[in-house]
This record gives sequence, C-alpha cells and structure tokens, in this order.
Amino acid sequence: MTEYIILGVFAVVGVLFAGGAMIVSRLLAPRFPDTGQKLEPYESGESAIGSARIQFKIGYYLFALIFLVFDVEAVFLFPVLGVMRSAQGTGAAGASSAAALGGVHLSPFFIWGELMVFVAILGFALVYAWRKKVLEWD
Amino acid sequence: MIAYSANHPVGDFIRANLPAPLAALANGALSVVVLMVLVVVVAILLVWLERKVCARFQARLGPTRVGPFGLLQPIADSLKLLLKENIKPRAVDTLAYFLAPLLPITGSFLVLAVMPFDHNLQVADPQAGMVYIAAVSGMGILGILIGGWGSNNKYSLLGSMRAGAQLFSYELSMVLCMLLVVMASGTGSLREIVLSQQGTVRDWWIFKLPGAGALAFVLYLISSTAELNRGPLDLSEAESELAGGFHTEYSGMGFSMFFLAEFVNMFASAGLGATFFLGGFLAPQFGIGPLDHILAFIPGFIWFFAKTGALIFMYMWFRWTFPRLRIDHLLSLEWKFLLPVSMANLLLAATLVTLGWILP
Repeated sequence: MTEYIILGVFAVVGVLFAGGAMIVSRLLAPRFPDTGQKLEPYESGESAIGSARIQFKIGYYLFALIFLVFDVEAVFLFPVLGVMRSAQGTGAAGASSAAALGGVHLSPFFIWGELMVFVAILGFALVYAWRKKVLEWD
Repeated sequence: MIAYSANHPVGDFIRANLPAPLAALANGALSVVVLMVLVVVVAILLVWLERKVCARFQARLGPTRVGPFGLLQPIADSLKLLLKENIKPRAVDTLAYFLAPLLPITGSFLVLAVMPFDHNLQVADPQAGMVYIAAVSGMGILGILIGGWGSNNKYSLLGSMRAGAQLFSYELSMVLCMLLVVMASGTGSLREIVLSQQGTVRDWWIFKLPGAGALAFVLYLISSTAELNRGPLDLSEAESELAGGFHTEYSGMGFSMFFLAEFVNMFASAGLGATFFLGGFLAPQFGIGPLDHILAFIPGFIWFFAKTGALIFMYMWFRWTFPRLRIDHLLSLEWKFLLPVSMANLLLAATLVTLGWILP
C-alpha cells in the first residue's frame, strides 16, 4: 500500500513539474500582438474551412471495441500466468508457492486448460472480426 | 545466490539520523528530486545522441559548435524553447489544450518510479508492477488524444486519431510479450523479475526460454517502437503528411513537454526491455571465473544504463534506416501479424512450462 501512496505523490509531482515548466515559460516568454491571422488554426497557410469537430467513421468504434476486449484479456491473463509456476512449485515464489496461491491447491494442468479455453474464445473473436472486415482500413 | 537488501545506504543513513516520519519525508523528497534530475538529464543527452546518430547515418557531423562535440546544443535549444512565445490559437478548447501536455511527461515519470536501476535503487516496487506499467503508459496516449481534440485543427485531429489507433493496438502485443516474462518468472514485481534472471547470460529471459524469449524480445522491440511514436512507425506525427500531427498547434513549452516525454519514454521503454529480457541491473556472467569477478565488480546501475543505452541505439538505428509505413499497413501489421504471433508464442511457452519441458 505504501508503494501506491509513493506513486500517487509521484503523479502529483509529475503534473506539477510539467505545469511548473509551462508557467515559468509563460512568465519568461515574450508576447507579441496579433497582427492579423496569427491565432487562426494552421491549415497550410490558407484560412481554415469549417471546424475540426467532425464526425468519425464507425470503423474507429468497432476497432475500439476489439481493442477493449483484448486489453481486458491481458489484465485477466496477468494473475493466471503469474501463478502458473507457483502451481508447479517453481518460479520466484518457489517453496512458498502454497502461500502465493493463498493456500489453495491448483493443478498446473487445470490452470493450463483454463488459459487455453479463455484464449481460444478470444482468438475466435479475433478471427470473427477479421472475417467481418473490421480489420480493414481504407 | 546472493541475497540483496532492499535498502539503499543513503536511505539507511537518513533513517538512522532522523525521526521516522521526517526520514520518510526526506527519502521521498530525495527520490523525487533525483528522478526529476534524471528525467531532464536523460532527455538532454538523448536529444544530443539522436542528432549525432542521425547525422552519422546520413554521413553528416551533427551539432559541433556549442560546447565540446556539440554537447551543450540541447541545453541551448531548451533555453530557446523556454523563451519562445506560447501561442494559444483562437479555436482551441483551453482546458484540454493546456491539460494535454501535462499527461505524457507524468506518465513517463511514473514508469521511471518503478524502474529498478540497481539492487536497491528503486523508488517503489508494487507487486503488480507489470500491470501498473501498462496502466500508466496509457496516460501518454490520453495526453495525445486530448491534445489533438483540444487543438481544434484538422491535422491535429487526424494525427491524434491515428495515434490512438496505433498506440492502443501496439500496446496489446507489448503487454503480451511482457506477460511471457511474468509467466516464466512467476512474479509481476520488476525487482523480482530482474532477480529471477540471476546466473549466467544464458539465464536472461531472452535466452532462457529457448526461442520463445528471443521472439518475444523482437516483438517487444517492434511494438515498443510503435508505442514510442518513433520512425518507421511514427504515423501520428508524420510530418510529410500531417504537418506535425497532434502537436501542430503547440508552440514553446507545450510542444517541449510532448517532446521531452517522447525522449524520456524512449529511455523508459529501453529500460523495461533491459529489465524484462536482458537481466536489468545484473552484470553479465559467462561462467569464466576471473572475467565474471571483474564484470560483477562494476556496479549494477552502470550495467542497467549500458543495456538501456544499447537498446536506445537500436531504436535510433530503426528510425534512421527504415522508411515510414502507411497507416493501414501499420495496423494490419499489428492485428494480423504481431498480435496473433505474440499470443501463439505466449501459449506455446505456457504449454511447454506446464509440461515441464522448459524451466524444470
């Protein structure tokens, strides 16, 4: 827990560091008056046509969905893979592997089977998305 | 097997001479200051190195005028950036526009906070270190997306949407490659991952898992190059197509913060590659008595920086050797090649470990 408090402090310090640099620059940097089109959005020298707040292709939405599935998968894989060698009595936990698993006895082959079923379902999802041409960009 | 203490001599000295709450505060402040200095020094050195390496690859000399070997050039550059006018274009969303540059640098700062620089030189070591890294490195992507949207500029928007698609995709295969090491070492804490590679060079995870480790390392290098927004996979700021991508509208310090984060991220990413696959701060041992003693005499943080430096050079080599990909080719490369391959690699290694064929 202490570790996460330290990391929280670091997050605050990181924001202050970047914010401080921007404030210092704001105090030191010169400011020149706007003599025309200085504050226009950059569009290769022409005046901007319309706003940049436009609608997006639905492709991005589908894409975000499959990304979400696989990212969550990676998070779920972490604990399973983390105890894999503990279940065998090897790895970093070594002899204290029972403690690493919270005293629960798990067969390594059971963990392996669960892993395979879980990834197979997601692999099927990827193949499905592939066949449905979600993974085409043009 | 040597047991390393979890404490650092400087930290112990402070703890011995100050009352407990004050000592914790002093140690915390010290680590914050050291890491901040490291961020700045690393960024300055890497800017110089990038320009030198790039110049040599193109048969030029690079910076030579300011200071010896042009070493003071990045300092001159950063002073210039500090004194540049900060232009806030009329159309931007003020909150988003000023919030965005803060996030990427905070993200890389947070990754460095869990980096094991030496046996007892690490700010914090959470048990789920690997998941933590995947989580905080997302802050950089968030900063790019917010900045691109807040700029209200078509180039920025396209650049940030591309960046979102690219960075989110490549994070998947990068995380899967890291998960392979988590599986093999049986821990998610970065310090313990390094300590699980003790022994000779053949005990580093790149060699210890026959084939799978080396493949995961190569996949990690490719996906982290994309994750760093570096050429040949730097589609989100492709200057020949997008006039600068997501930071088109940023000037002065806002731009420098994105820039700084990019270089610090490169250091962090190379450091993670060294930690996960190349034994981190451990000295390379070859099983030859006298040589091993000499190599082990060199302090761990020097080995860490040497391995990290080698990987950084590799990133620069990539950038200045290969031409840029097209965005759809880039996404196809991830979803139709890197992701399936890294997943198959992970499952294959898991199967071999379960059967006890490797890592008995």
